[in-house]
Amino acid sequence: MAAASEDAPARLPHRHLLDLSAYSADDIRLILDTADEFRAVLERPIRSVPTLQGVTVASLFFEPSTRTKLSFGLAAGRLSAETISFSKSGSSVSKGETLKDTARNIEAMKSDMAILRHSSPGAPHLLARTTNSVIINAGDGAHAHPTQALLDALTMRTRIGPLGDLNVSIIGDITHSRVARSNIRLLTTMGASVTVCGPRTMLPYGLDAMGVRVVDRLAPALEAADVVMALRIQLERQDEGLFPSLREYHARYGLTLEHLARYPALRIMHPGPVNRGVELADAVVDHERAIILDQVTNGVAVRMAVLYLLAPTSN
Amino acid sequence: MNPDDRVKALLMSEQALGRTLDRMAQQILEGVAPSDDPSATHALVGMQTRGVHLARRLQQRIAAQEQVSLPLGVLDVTMYRDDVRLRMASPQIRTTRIPFDVSGRHLVLVDDVVFTGRTARAALDALMDRGRPASVRFLAIIDRGHRELPIAADIVGRHVPTLPGEEVRVRVREVDDREGVWLVETSRPR
Repeated sequence: MAAASEDAPARLPHRHLLDLSAYSADDIRLILDTADEFRAVLERPIRSVPTLQGVTVASLFFEPSTRTKLSFGLAAGRLSAETISFSKSGSSVSKGETLKDTARNIEAMKSDMAILRHSSPGAPHLLARTTNSVIINAGDGAHAHPTQALLDALTMRTRIGPLGDLNVSIIGDITHSRVARSNIRLLTTMGASVTVCGPRTMLPYGLDAMGVRVVDRLAPALEAADVVMALRIQLERQDEGLFPSLREYHARYGLTLEHLARYPALRIMHPGPVNRGVELADAVVDHERAIILDQVTNGVAVRMAVLYLLAPTSN
Repeated sequence: MNPDDRVKALLMSEQALGRTLDRMAQQILEGVAPSDDPSATHALVGMQTRGVHLARRLQQRIAAQEQVSLPLGVLDVTMYRDDVRLRMASPQIRTTRIPFDVSGRHLVLVDDVVFTGRTARAALDALMDRGRPASVRFLAIIDRGHRELPIAADIVGRHVPTLPGEEVRVRVREVDDREGVWLVETSRPR
């Protein structure tokens, strides 16, 4: 390390984490390196540090999400931040009104940072424009889920190898997946080779422009892949006619023990919760080459890193 | 050396730094009972960044002088600093690796310079979160004064009272282009 970087500030040139489109490879590397150190904290008997004492983090979840909410809450708590929680109150309010109300509540609660999960794409961007808080997107519609992509990247880097060397296949409903979109953005930025695979009804136009290979059969997606990320099938989409039946989806795109046997280096990831027997065969979920629980653990470390790096400073 | 540093004095040459480390290596094990195996009861903890290299030098000297191999840990205290929110950006978090149980051990915390005492306080908090050491001693190559907390170094290479605007630069070959200790004047805001 050079002398000049003795106390180098770790500055992300961003005030918010709305999506990964403006985040460079260096920015992503800084987050992952910082997360590595926070993961070591999670493995100690005392799993908290006083780093964000005095910082208030608001959780604004307008959509149900058990694990992302728990993960962010745990991350803030491990950093000794104060947390407050704001939930959507029942009845149907129009999108604009809801977000305006949210913005007012954030300001009234004097929070420094807000974590937003919302069904409308762009909701975090609107809050970033209308409040003084640092906004972290915890999933907005089918648009982006940046911390999920970051925790996936940390898991791949830790368990498999440098991201730039990896062949990653993403299987499932790409059209409706914010996880896929954020992962494609991150992985291509880091130099990984990405293949997306799913029924043609679930592959949006314009994917080629994102620098990925597109296939509609499973076999070419598995050949040469180091890791396969199976996406959750939203069961309510069965009625939309995107695929004939869950059984047929599993037959064509579900990962089974036979696939693991045929491709001995393949690792399996899933953003959870898994529909057992649909995206992944039951035995695959519990297989030692499924690194799904690593993703969950890394989620806390990545969110600690994001909160730390984006926490506002006094001057 | 930083570009805005104006060198005022050479405080320790490479040779003088080496002699100081020789003396400190002896001081670390002075009080150990003959029946004790220091490799089982003691350990060095180097503070990022230069404290790590200095601790490694001390480990090598102790091995050469006493034929004892002390465990060595690496500690970064950024997560425990009390000024994170006062800065323009969060300081870089560096590696912490302490590959032994600190509980029950006599630890020697190694840093290049002791100044306000806030870094040492943060280091004590970081160590206590990992267990309950039998004791912690603090070793610094230079004590430059201006303490803001009631913290003293137990083993000191040299006391150098400094003036406002002056800083001390300890440089080691592993990370710098030179080795020794310099007193510099800087206009850089701290």
